Amino acid sequence: MRAILLVLLLLARPAWAISDPAEALPDPAAEARAVEIGSQLRCLVCQNESIEDSGADLARDLRHIVREHVAKGETDAQITAWMVARYGDFVLLRPKVNWGTALLWASPVLALLVAGGLALGLRRRSPPAAPLSAEEQQRLARLMES
Amino acid sequence: MNRRLLLAAPFGVALLGGGAFYAMLRGLQTGSFDPRGVPSQLIGKPLPEFQLPGFSRADVLAQKRPVIINFFASWCVPCVDEAPTLMALHQRGVPIWGIAYKDKPAATQGFLARHGNPFTNLASDEPGLVAIDWGVTGVPETYLIDAQGIVQWRFVGPLPDAAVDGLSKLVAS
Amino acid sequence: MIPELGHFALALAIAFALAQAVIPLWGAHRGDVRLMQAAPALALGQALALSVSFGCLIYASVMDDFTVLNVAENSHTLKPLLYKITGAWGSHEGSILFWCLILGLCGAAVALFSAPLPASLRARVLGVLALSAFGFELFTLIESNPFARIWPAPDNGRDMNPLLQDPGLAFHPPILYSGYVGMAIPFAFAIAALLEGRIDAAWGRWVRPWTLAAWCCLTGGIALGSWWSYYVLGWGGFWFWDPVENASLLPWLTATALLHSAIVVEKREALKIWTVLLAIGAFAFSLSGTFLVRSGILNSVHSFANDPARGVFILGLLGLLIGGSLLLFAIRAPLLGASGVFAAVSREGALVMNNILLCSITAVVLTGTMYPLFADLLLSQKISVGPPFYNATVLPLAAPVFVAMAVGPLMSWKRTALMPALLKLWWVALIAAIVGIVATFGMNALPALFMAAAAWMILGAFADIIERIRLFRIPLGSSLSRLVSLPLQAFGTTLGHAGLGVTVAGIAGMSMAVQEVVLVKPGATVHLAGYDWTLQELHDAAGPNYNARVATIAVRQDGRLITTLAPERRAFTTQTMTTTEAKIHTNLTRDLYAVLGEERDGAAVLRLHDNTMAPLIWLGALVMAAGGACSLADRRLRVAAPKRAAKSDAVLAGRT
Repeated sequence: MRAILLVLLLLARPAWAISDPAEALPDPAAEARAVEIGSQLRCLVCQNESIEDSGADLARDLRHIVREHVAKGETDAQITAWMVARYGDFVLLRPKVNWGTALLWASPVLALLVAGGLALGLRRRSPPAAPLSAEEQQRLARLMES
Repeated sequence: MNRRLLLAAPFGVALLGGGAFYAMLRGLQTGSFDPRGVPSQLIGKPLPEFQLPGFSRADVLAQKRPVIINFFASWCVPCVDEAPTLMALHQRGVPIWGIAYKDKPAATQGFLARHGNPFTNLASDEPGLVAIDWGVTGVPETYLIDAQGIVQWRFVGPLPDAAVDGLSKLVAS
Repeated sequence: MIPELGHFALALAIAFALAQAVIPLWGAHRGDVRLMQAAPALALGQALALSVSFGCLIYASVMDDFTVLNVAENSHTLKPLLYKITGAWGSHEGSILFWCLILGLCGAAVALFSAPLPASLRARVLGVLALSAFGFELFTLIESNPFARIWPAPDNGRDMNPLLQDPGLAFHPPILYSGYVGMAIPFAFAIAALLEGRIDAAWGRWVRPWTLAAWCCLTGGIALGSWWSYYVLGWGGFWFWDPVENASLLPWLTATALLHSAIVVEKREALKIWTVLLAIGAFAFSLSGTFLVRSGILNSVHSFANDPARGVFILGLLGLLIGGSLLLFAIRAPLLGASGVFAAVSREGALVMNNILLCSITAVVLTGTMYPLFADLLLSQKISVGPPFYNATVLPLAAPVFVAMAVGPLMSWKRTALMPALLKLWWVALIAAIVGIVATFGMNALPALFMAAAAWMILGAFADIIERIRLFRIPLGSSLSRLVSLPLQAFGTTLGHAGLGVTVAGIAGMSMAVQEVVLVKPGATVHLAGYDWTLQELHDAAGPNYNARVATIAVRQDGRLITTLAPERRAFTTQTMTTTEAKIHTNLTRDLYAVLGEERDGAAVLRLHDNTMAPLIWLGALVMAAGGACSLADRRLRVAAPKRAAKSDAVLAGRT
């Protein structure tokens, strides 16, 4: 276990090595698209970073591959599918929407429903006021007029 | 009654959560739970198409017997730990083919000279792109390919000595 | 000798904690005044013992005592003095002892400032605090002893992670921990209330200053952590929805909900159950965060050294504290008296809505953070939940909160109509709309929308004060005299809400940030964001425990020199790690940010940023914390109920 951590440390040169200007695609629109796709892909040897943010070697290789595929004209879906085929759903920072992640994606709505329901359910309603007697109603009428 | 149930719900949730975390801790200790591990997508699938200086997919398939493929590098410290285990496997007659990941050939040769060469065949993946096709995230990683060319097993990290027996039996059969 | 003293002091603190837990709680149960009154003195004793203990750890670190294992693993003779001191709380063992210290100091603070409280409540609060302290101190002594020795002592230590050797990160733990651990006080109040079997308006008033103080610290701590990652990690990111960041956000959200919910308890004696649950929840999230970071379960940049054995101990401790309190809640909550009545459309109603939204956001962040773990455990599926998920789910829930924040304070208690409150904000809506439209010229639709929301929040916060002083509706002089006599709490609310608006503005503004990565030789100039950045030269420099490569970059605008930035790459000698020191020039509305990368053939890779409105992110947090401090300073919060204490004590004494 420690050894694996060591390997990871060796590979994940801390994310302060900034990327090489030569990496960027010449076409700004394509480069922007590549950055967009890359920021949805997880750097697999880092703790919770995208390949765009990380300085790790593997991240650099994957960025290069993303740019190659973008230059070839592939769609976003094709590129992410290529990554998933090799690394599984783990590489996607935005989890897929399927039965396995149903609870996850439904959580905002579920939370609102549960919280709202609790607010309503735990409310103590004060007992309805007893109807006024005839005498009390007369008194009320007099007060209202004055 | 309804109210009581609602008020007991947080306790119930905490209990379930606590139980789950306990299971995770146990799993961490036994190794069955690894929050950092990336599972291999290749298990049960044919090995990917590749062509490297040293050998290619066709060469592996041509063997028609189980082969172990080990990704390593001269700059990789755990690979030094693993070297004796691989030598032991090699001495048992298990075919191990090595792929040097992001390694200059001179450095690889130096590593093998220092720690022994357990590899029947050696390939060099200097750009590291073939490793990406295999879903490799670091070195060392070891794959077991069966006689039909299907990836049956993967291990991340230095192979433990305990694996030597099991692997030799598997490969022999 | 000193480490032994520290070790002994820790054990002494445990004894105090045990006494402080058992004696007052038993006394409160029995109505025995003498036993209850023992609590404050015991709390002070515990705090003193813990202070001595931690002081000894700092002493060992400063004196380079490498016979202490903790110092040997984390310190070095060349480490600067500041980091020898602050490093005491940087390691796992030191930080756990630090946690205990703050818990002890919280107990002492409650002991010193809670004289107006009824004796039984005070005794129970201190008793519950002591129970938590006992658990953590026991854990420290048995599983994470910072005073463990190593013999033979090494010549020098292994030095601290270079990332931690930075002023921002040195002070992030104390402030953050004060926030985390401070949540123990409202928690203790909640448990005490459940034990007593009742909550009244006075409880709501007493709980708030403590929650405010902890909330201020938590806000400051989170902001400091975020600012640190911004200037150290080098690409202008400030929040990553990292599991440990989420673990700090959860208590913050819960505490914010608690702050608001306690108001309703005070005013209406309503929402008692919800408030008690939030108080338990805030501390529960703090504790769970501690557990997750130290157990190895979470995949995060923050994770301390992973040790599942420690994890089991903490899990057990958590099980007792959280499980016990929630069980107590399930059993005793129905006892908490009938609530006052209010209409759905009223300030109370708005606060309920606020509760619902904040709790939903909390639930979503919790789900997102825990999902990968549970999916792995139960479904054997490995998935990642990253920023795209949180942005898609949290922002739609946060938007209604932003809108409601301006309207809520303008609504009346008990029953009101929505339209009058909205109409009072007509000018706020107008300006916000203009801001939004103007913003679309510089940024995309979504950030522009949040810019408009930020304007709405900031101006709306001031609308409350403007209403109160009836500005432009009565003579200016009268307005001013009203302004001066407004309670500090009103300013606190305004600053708190406006601060959040400023932070949202900063985040929205960052969408306009531009950056460029270039490879340039000394003498070359890069044009970015209307500035001319000239790399003047590269040279070597040396620090106390590192060697650095420094780039000097002059930034000019229209020929005029704005600033000179000197980013560095530092190679630490002992820990063999390279860190980059980004250099930032700020004028509080934008940050000019430069990072030095690798060098090739005499040219250097530079990463240059113009981060628009980045400073606002942390300025906003500062304003929020200032608002909290303002409210704390309000005498009304501190002069709680009249001094019944003396009389009730005498009555009780007469009985025994």
